[in-house]
Amino acid sequence: MSFISYRFRHLAAASLLALAVPALSPSVPSFISPALAADPARGGTMNIIVQPEPPMLQLGLNQQGPTQTVAGKIYQGLLTYDEKLDPLPSLAKSWTVSDDGLTYTFKLHENVKWHDGKPFTSKDVLFSTTKFLPEVHSRARANFARCESITAPDDYTVVFKLKEPFPAFIRAFEVASAPMIPAHLYEGTDFRNNPANATPIGTGPFKLKEWVKGSYIHLVRNEDYYKPGLPYLDNIYFRVIPDAASRALALESGQVDQSQYNDIEPFDVARLKEVKSLNFTTKGYEFVAPVSWLEINHRVKPLDDKRFRKAIMYAIDREFIRDKIWFGLGNVASGPFNSSTKGFDSSIVPYAKNVDKAKALLDEMGLKPDAKGVRATVKLMPMPYGETWQRLGEYLKQSLKQVGIAVVLESTDVAGWVQRVSNWDYEITTNFTYQYGDPALGVSRTYVSDNIRKGVMFSNTMGYSNPKVDELFAAAAKENDPAKRQAMYSEVQKVLVDDVPVVWLLEMQFPTFVSKKFNNVITTGIGVNESYESVYLSKP
Amino acid sequence: MKTSSGFWAAYARNKGAVFGLLIVAVVIVLALFSGVLFPESPWEMVNAPFLPPMSDGALLGTDTLGRDIAAGIAHGARMSLWIGLVSTGVALLIGVSLGALAGFFGGVVDDAIMRFTELFQTIPNFVLAVVLVAIFTPSSTSIVAAIAIVSWPPLARLARGEFLSLRSREFVQAAITTGQSNLTIIVRQILPNSLSPIIVSASLMVATAILLESSLSFLGLGDPNQMSWGYMVGAARTVIRQAWWMSFFPGLAILLTVLSLNLIGEGLNDALNPKLARKGR
Repeated sequence: MSFISYRFRHLAAASLLALAVPALSPSVPSFISPALAADPARGGTMNIIVQPEPPMLQLGLNQQGPTQTVAGKIYQGLLTYDEKLDPLPSLAKSWTVSDDGLTYTFKLHENVKWHDGKPFTSKDVLFSTTKFLPEVHSRARANFARCESITAPDDYTVVFKLKEPFPAFIRAFEVASAPMIPAHLYEGTDFRNNPANATPIGTGPFKLKEWVKGSYIHLVRNEDYYKPGLPYLDNIYFRVIPDAASRALALESGQVDQSQYNDIEPFDVARLKEVKSLNFTTKGYEFVAPVSWLEINHRVKPLDDKRFRKAIMYAIDREFIRDKIWFGLGNVASGPFNSSTKGFDSSIVPYAKNVDKAKALLDEMGLKPDAKGVRATVKLMPMPYGETWQRLGEYLKQSLKQVGIAVVLESTDVAGWVQRVSNWDYEITTNFTYQYGDPALGVSRTYVSDNIRKGVMFSNTMGYSNPKVDELFAAAAKENDPAKRQAMYSEVQKVLVDDVPVVWLLEMQFPTFVSKKFNNVITTGIGVNESYESVYLSKP
Repeated sequence: MKTSSGFWAAYARNKGAVFGLLIVAVVIVLALFSGVLFPESPWEMVNAPFLPPMSDGALLGTDTLGRDIAAGIAHGARMSLWIGLVSTGVALLIGVSLGALAGFFGGVVDDAIMRFTELFQTIPNFVLAVVLVAIFTPSSTSIVAAIAIVSWPPLARLARGEFLSLRSREFVQAAITTGQSNLTIIVRQILPNSLSPIIVSASLMVATAILLESSLSFLGLGDPNQMSWGYMVGAARTVIRQAWWMSFFPGLAILLTVLSLNLIGEGLNDALNPKLARKGR
């Protein structure tokens, strides 16, 4: 299943302005700005689409998109992140980082209770970060493996000591990256088969009431939530609606109040934008910030030659892809970094379509057109994530034909695609990955040579290897000085853009539709995966 | 035997069948000359996307990527006819051979073949076709194979019935007495005499095969390198509210072709089985 500069960059400033002169700024939609109403009302039910239905809601064990959206209201992490990806308090009320970048000290809220009434303390944090997550959560395992020690001086303080500086560490505490798991239910058990997995117990503002498989997941207000008066809503229903047309219709008719990620197909977005009862935004995906690309297997000739990859880059019109295939959702990617990811260098100019340059590069390689105008034949296996990706495959086939590269399209299903790509059994495919806010967390993994691991999806499956890139990513990841770090990330972007290890397509955007009745919905960089503690219903 | 003019006279009495033949003739011409009429590949994005019909340079409009719908229909005709004819051919080969053996030899052979046939008949056609194409990855060959595999059982039963009844006729008995080999009897004596119902059902089967291929392509299980009508409808169904023409014209092409083949089947039935025709009308 198929992602960017944000037009809402200045929203924080805009909402400050709104506070000062509320009467003059009716254009700031309230669903993405802090509450302006004097007294948000308690009560109300929100209906949200969830698609596909999550396999489980234990967020430590499963981090698929739909699981995150639902379980983000049940579980919490120590931190959350604003739209610039700077940390905000969640279960941790404050934190400090030592000057050498080695010691991270978190102070926890003191009156937090698990949904079963037991108190939440530093013991739970220790259990989650040293035992539970390292065993079952690969991203968390990699992050916490950088710690020399994790200790709890008292019930409400946790200290992480790193082996070497890793400034990206501050972005490792979001709810899906490191959800807090109750020690009293899991300590000493078989985590994956614990019966408690079916009845998730978290600290979040909503509790699981009922889950009717194939129909809905019902969350109710956590009456003992540690922030007095919150949350405002009484119920959240997540409705399972497998058919795309039915999802659009449910939103249009007001049966559901929110859709996110891929719920609404790009071709329906323009139509739904016109629906008066709905607000539309592409904000709230800054933390995941995906970039899509054509993934190229460097083990296959002539794909190992960077001139060939550049020729592909020049042969395609990425604005057309954005406008006609994604119906305007997204921005042309200049290179490996999403523009909302830390370290992004805005001075990099994206490749523009230039058929002559593409042909010249192929000529230079000695690939002359044969009688049929074909210089080389490659196999393209589009991601089996729905028809938008299929259209992209068809578009690429025609574009590459113009420069003499014949493309044979291959079909596959999701399991087959993962199997073939992770085992390097492909020539070209389409792909995208989440960047998790920091290049050390979500970008370097695609390009560094020590992440060429057969059988592992979303690793360096291309087999790209450049010692300079390895060195720069490694050095930048442990550089404490922001200016030096930026210089290294800028350099690595330039090297990568020249090497074209993959052909970047778009900074993808996901459409979020929210009923205008609800306020404070998209407030941070993790958007729809937030706790929704401060979402409230306008008085009718 | 009927004379050929008698055959045509009987066929032409069915006005629908003549109409069907005309339409199919047009489709065949379109398929044969698609390369001349539309020299560009039907996948080529020749025009602006979302052009309505009767636009400049796009008689039937363009699709979401700017591909010419008219070119798609002409090239799709080739794919549809090819799939229809080849898969029917393969199904005939399997079905008639097995049916002939069962009907001719009877006994244990008949039992074995018929139980095997029933095995296939218990599985819904379309579901089996989807599974087969999904397993063997979509390509022209796997689609033809899948359609043939799900289509042969009715032919086998039909052929068996014909063979069973003809087997005991005098001319077959005579052939046996004169010492003709089993193969000769099957191929030269019985088969020509059982052809008329087989031809009628084969013409209907071409229609079913085209429909099956369209359905598979509609579901995204078509050959990704071949333009086909089902693919066009499937790809355009998502924008049907913005652009009706993208799914309407290929849909119309499927409807007319399949309808025409059915009408032809009926006409053939009238012409080949004059005693059965027009009963109760």
